[in-house]
Amino acid sequence: MTYSYYPGCTLKTKAKDLDRYARLSAEALGVTLEEIEDWQCCGAVYPMALDEIATKLSAVRALDSAKRSGRDLLTLCSACHHVIKRVNNDMLTNDDIRLKANNYLKLDSVYAGETKVVHYLEMLRDTVGFDKIRAAVKNPLKGRRIAAYYGCLLLRPAGVMQFDNPENPTILEDFIKAIGAEPVITPYRNECCGGYTVLEDKKIAERRSGMVIGSAAAKGADTVITACPLCLYNLEANAHGEGAPVVKYFTELLAEALGVK
Amino acid sequence: MQRIGVFVCWCGSNIAGTVDVEKVASSVAGEPGVVFTTNYQYMCSEGGQGMIRRAIKEHGLTGIVVCSCSPRMHEATFRKTAQAAGLNPYMVEIANIREQCSWIHKDKDEGTEKAVILAKAAIAKLNLNKPLTAGESNVTKRALVIGGGIAGIQTALDIADAGYEVDIVEKSPTIGGRMAQLDKTFPTLDCAACILTPKMVDAAASDKINLYTYSEVEAVSGFVGNFKVKIKKKPRYVNSELCSGCGVCTEKCPSRKAPNEFNMGLNNRGAIYIPFAQAIPNVPVIDPEQCIKLKTGKCGLCEKNCTAKAIDFTQKEEIIEREYGAIVAATGYRPISLENFDEFGYAHNKDVITSLELERLMNAAGPTKGVLLRPSDGEHPHEIVFIQCVGSRDTSGCGKPYCSKICCMYTAKHAMMIRDKYPDTKVHVFYIDVRTPGKNFDEFYRRAVEEYGVDYIKGMVGKVAEKDGKLLVQGSDLISNEQVHIEADLVVLAAAIEPDPSVRNIATMLTASIDTNNFLTEAHPKLRPVESPTAGVFLSGVCQGPKDIPETVAQASAAAAKVIGLLSKDKLTGNPCVAHSDELLCNGCSQCACVCPYGAIDYIDKEVNDHGKREVRRIASVNEAVCQGCGACTVTCPSGAMDLKGFTTRQIMAEVDAICR
Repeated sequence: MTYSYYPGCTLKTKAKDLDRYARLSAEALGVTLEEIEDWQCCGAVYPMALDEIATKLSAVRALDSAKRSGRDLLTLCSACHHVIKRVNNDMLTNDDIRLKANNYLKLDSVYAGETKVVHYLEMLRDTVGFDKIRAAVKNPLKGRRIAAYYGCLLLRPAGVMQFDNPENPTILEDFIKAIGAEPVITPYRNECCGGYTVLEDKKIAERRSGMVIGSAAAKGADTVITACPLCLYNLEANAHGEGAPVVKYFTELLAEALGVK
Repeated sequence: MQRIGVFVCWCGSNIAGTVDVEKVASSVAGEPGVVFTTNYQYMCSEGGQGMIRRAIKEHGLTGIVVCSCSPRMHEATFRKTAQAAGLNPYMVEIANIREQCSWIHKDKDEGTEKAVILAKAAIAKLNLNKPLTAGESNVTKRALVIGGGIAGIQTALDIADAGYEVDIVEKSPTIGGRMAQLDKTFPTLDCAACILTPKMVDAAASDKINLYTYSEVEAVSGFVGNFKVKIKKKPRYVNSELCSGCGVCTEKCPSRKAPNEFNMGLNNRGAIYIPFAQAIPNVPVIDPEQCIKLKTGKCGLCEKNCTAKAIDFTQKEEIIEREYGAIVAATGYRPISLENFDEFGYAHNKDVITSLELERLMNAAGPTKGVLLRPSDGEHPHEIVFIQCVGSRDTSGCGKPYCSKICCMYTAKHAMMIRDKYPDTKVHVFYIDVRTPGKNFDEFYRRAVEEYGVDYIKGMVGKVAEKDGKLLVQGSDLISNEQVHIEADLVVLAAAIEPDPSVRNIATMLTASIDTNNFLTEAHPKLRPVESPTAGVFLSGVCQGPKDIPETVAQASAAAAKVIGLLSKDKLTGNPCVAHSDELLCNGCSQCACVCPYGAIDYIDKEVNDHGKREVRRIASVNEAVCQGCGACTVTCPSGAMDLKGFTTRQIMAEVDAICR
């Protein structure tokens, strides 16, 4: 299986690990990631303004590039996935945005939301399959107690993201079981880490991230995994302390279990 | 040639607002056969009906067209009017110029034009109408009630009281239903068991009522007055005739892993069990999924300890066939699954419970003997949060769009009872609105707030998280516009209620319609609330819509009254609009019999006279008592032999011609 791959800016700078281990693991699982050419920043935040077209254009370019190559578009960073998936939904369902974006971009053929946007985790679940991953694991992470941290962006708005049950998701827990570890369910796994508020009011991010890490520690987790560079930053920067679980990208643990780290 | 009168109704402004009724009446005056036209404000009123009767006599009318509302609404009314003036009731045609015309058009010219066309079509059909006479069928003087909760019990008791035989089919091992699980009942706080169990006993003791517990309806055929029903009796593995109900077997059973359904899974029961102490019949049942003997062949401790020799592992499923004149659906409800509402942490925290679970925790016969203890550690909770509307009035698609109607009142009841029994306990209730429209309901709710100091918070909860054995409840208080954080020991969710899932299957068997929420549909939302649109099928209790106990009992008695009215008749007048086959055209191909959903078509060998040629042919013969006039056979018949009285092919083509003219 070959995917058009959209890594995003952070994966080339602060979150190199997220990207590197994803590529190594994909290779080990027989999945080819073909990075699309000349991709641009996704915009980082999905623009809520209805007349805001310009910040959606780079996502449309990436989507159109995948369409031209006839492949699904694979994403990894939660924020990129969120923006690209929602923009794609706009192109599919919103006549006004579709018309204006196409008028501006003047593509070879009109882009109308044809590309399927797939998150790396969805690829693991739906294309590879957790059973196959379990079979491919060389170093099962036995005895590790891992708390999944979903954050907001992968799950909501549930109707558009269609990722998992937003209040009771299971995909990361199933992933943790597949790599041989024990999932630890924490009540704040789908709550916000504080996000970009860290720039304005660090206290908010500290409180939010503190809740996430605190509840994982109280439940005896040794590791918290995430798919989001901003979540990882907030959890690490704002929720330090004795006995706090380490925060890792899920791809790093996958690579470790597959023996390609 | 017919002499036709046309009567155009204004229906107040319902029709006259978008249809020029005068113009409709004058435009059809020259149609073939029409000798009289008029219009009137309310044709269905006594004045309007009198006008029709007088016109029939004065003008010697042989048929009438009423341009008014849907025939579902008033066709029967106008047929009676015509009959009273000496006309055959099937010489009446309705042109629906309301639902299918005035209500959907805004432009008066368009609406008028369409109304004229619809009237012309009805006139064209009426020109070909023939007087029809309905046949009669017998009534089996026995009723079937599906479901043995309070709704089914009350319906059965009332039918039996009128002297008719009635069978209750209940899928679980005992009658009693949800009400048997409740502790106290609002707004009077009398104990549910004290008022329910005497009714259960009455039902069991009545010589007119027959209980089929641990049984399910398997198939239904026939029609009003003459239903044939197959009932599947599941094996109890206990002989009810021999069992003394001593309960020794239930104590000796070593398999104790099955969650106790009656206690909402808060404790376990044996493989052989009696659901609760006052169960009727007081005969245990063996759960074949849990029984060691039935699964492995070893054990049989119950059999060894039964002095009455009532245990019978060889029992098999039994199918019983019975005939009924009327069927009542009383299939009840269940709380919804909370998998879509995990922000409240129900799946992960033992101390987040549903209100029905709380009923069992408060009940003297429940798993804690009525002492309110937390499921996690058996400690007394000192701070309790109730969350209302969990899945009710939900617009997100996760829950149900409707109000479950009972939750506001039972939550007030729970809050009050806890404050009364454990005054040291703080009780908070998060609500969207408090709805108390019932007799003595608002007084009851105010008592909870004013006398018992229950803390009502207008707003919803966003998160329940567990921390160090406490439940952190995060909600919003819309009145003070603040976020609220409460450290609770117990959280109680007022889960929405939904129809019991068995209703879908039963609705299909009864050809009774259900709505988008799986509630059974009534024949008319205001005027026929306990009848299903399918003749002879009646509705009792929550299967028709959310209800509390007083409303359920009222509806149950209303359904019984309808059943008694039906069973008191010796003959039922059938529908004369039935199929018949032209013996000269029929070639006996059997296609009509294959499509008939009622099994109304048989084949006979009959001597026919085909233009002087006499021969015996195999031809279709319709049982007019069974035919429902659906018309499936008439469109299937390849030779055009099948036709429907009152809706003949010629009549329908005449209507189409009139529309296209």
